[in-house]
Amino acid sequence: MVCLIGIFVVVATYLLLSKNLIRIILGTALLSHAVHLLILTIGEVKKGDVPLLKETPGPYTDALPQALILTAIVISFAVTAFLLVLAYRVYATNKTDNVEKLRGDEYE
Amino acid sequence: MNNLVVMPMLIPLCVAVILIFFRTYIKLQKIGVLLAMLLLIVTNIFLLVTVKEQGIQTLYFGGWEAPFGITFVADSFAMLLVLTASIVALCCFLYAFSTLTEDYAKNFAYPLMLFMIAGVNGSFLTGDLFNLFVCFEVMLLASYVLITLGGGKERLRESLKYVIINIFASWLFLVGLAMIYGTLGTLNMAHLAERVHQIHQGPVLTTVALIFLIVFALKAGLFLFYWLPGSYRVPETAIAALFGALLTKVGIYALFRTFTLIFTVQENITHTLIGILACATIILGSFGAIGYRDLRQIVGYNVVIGVGFVLLGLYANQTEALEGAIYYFMHDFIVKALLFLMIGTMIYITGRIRFDEIKGLIHHFPLFGWLFFLMMLSLAGIPPFSGFIGKMLLGVGLVDEGMYITLLLGFLSSIVVLYSLLRVFLKSIFGESMASHQMKKRIPFSMMLAMMLLMICTIGLGVGAEVAAPFVKDAAHVLTNPSVYIQAVLYPEGG
Repeated sequence: MVCLIGIFVVVATYLLLSKNLIRIILGTALLSHAVHLLILTIGEVKKGDVPLLKETPGPYTDALPQALILTAIVISFAVTAFLLVLAYRVYATNKTDNVEKLRGDEYE
Repeated sequence: MNNLVVMPMLIPLCVAVILIFFRTYIKLQKIGVLLAMLLLIVTNIFLLVTVKEQGIQTLYFGGWEAPFGITFVADSFAMLLVLTASIVALCCFLYAFSTLTEDYAKNFAYPLMLFMIAGVNGSFLTGDLFNLFVCFEVMLLASYVLITLGGGKERLRESLKYVIINIFASWLFLVGLAMIYGTLGTLNMAHLAERVHQIHQGPVLTTVALIFLIVFALKAGLFLFYWLPGSYRVPETAIAALFGALLTKVGIYALFRTFTLIFTVQENITHTLIGILACATIILGSFGAIGYRDLRQIVGYNVVIGVGFVLLGLYANQTEALEGAIYYFMHDFIVKALLFLMIGTMIYITGRIRFDEIKGLIHHFPLFGWLFFLMMLSLAGIPPFSGFIGKMLLGVGLVDEGMYITLLLGFLSSIVVLYSLLRVFLKSIFGESMASHQMKKRIPFSMMLAMMLLMICTIGLGVGAEVAAPFVKDAAHVLTNPSVYIQAVLYPEGG
């Protein structure tokens, strides 16, 4: 699992360093997936029973990381949606999605 | 358990939601915003006095005791900042009433600014690290939309960079949160502080502390500030003033809170690193402040210098230095907003952005010219304005710790700040007048009112520093003794 997270982060970093704007956004999305899996792994969600007090016996999984992951997923999803629309507007006004050309060096 | 602690976040939030439904009734929006801010300021003053008299106020959401539930903790440090933030925000709103056109108001500019203020207040008051992340995101999402309002090639381009760098910083925050939850098993700040003291921060925790340092440094603009001048020069003036006064300050607050409360054991690594970064920030910010002709870039780099200076207080980590840092922090809120508003007014009057193209404003706008002069003195830290007492206490603290080079650097930064604005003053405000047909005839009343109010605040904080002194001393006391905070949150009944 940790190796999987590592692979995600590697691919995401590679995408973040590219010139095409859409690839950068894909990189951020992949990065958020990686960190959600990280919280899952660290919270040891695979071990233990469903955390319902009266239904199941035995050691329960920790419910808190699951809540954290849900919150993080929702926040990342909203920000990615906004970022995609912003990227579209940038493309519409600047007529390019090449980040090198978007540097803007007309100020000193 | 004091229900009032959530009000600084709840009032702007509710009013913003209500105002979204009235997007075409602009007068109603303005009245709503004004009422909300006045109510907020009154609540904050009341809460600040309550904290002084009855100790740290806490609120357990849903009745769940700490550390199982989320807590909001109002101690003097947080309340002083919340109060200053609301006063500054009121003045920015007053300025916005004349500069934000109908288009902006119809596109939810006022509710978004209120959402941002709600996020800022929530970040100051929260006692739980994940809730800090959530409040950061509330504030940042509102800022993402605010920075793009108005469109245009340059604005959209720079806002894209701002959004992406903040997404990366939030991602790193989540990584740090995952690590700290895995290591310590809790996310409540007081409980974390207790556990760190119990297990004596080892190398893993120091690494997590460094992750948090990088995250908050990205947000505050401590050494990793390359996004700051670009992003603060594109929004509308009132929005840029809100950004420059509030957003970096939340990052600095987070640094103060985590490194005086939670990660206090391995100080030789973490605090030394903070000191080095703060010194580097001051030096690089000084180069930037002197190097540009664009007014907004000068202001952006001045923000950077301010950030570095406040963090010198954290580096010294001693009562006087922390008191000085808190005074300077409050002063920085007020004066940076004033600086942004004044530069914005200059651009509004003349339509030009480079200060060597603007000349002789004092002939047509004498009040504004002399206000600029007073603001410059205040920013440089000249008594009786508010900057002086912060710098002096910080200097005393640094001398106590024997950090003379840092002291020299801090005081040289004041000279650089003074010089960067003195050039602007001499060229643009004094000097022979430009042809008057290129300028607007008068400055609208609410803009002048906003700037006068901020000027009164900075004079008030400087002359009346004695009034703020008990609160600042209390705040510094809590920062140097984390056990006070832990006691108030985890063991409110004593024991």
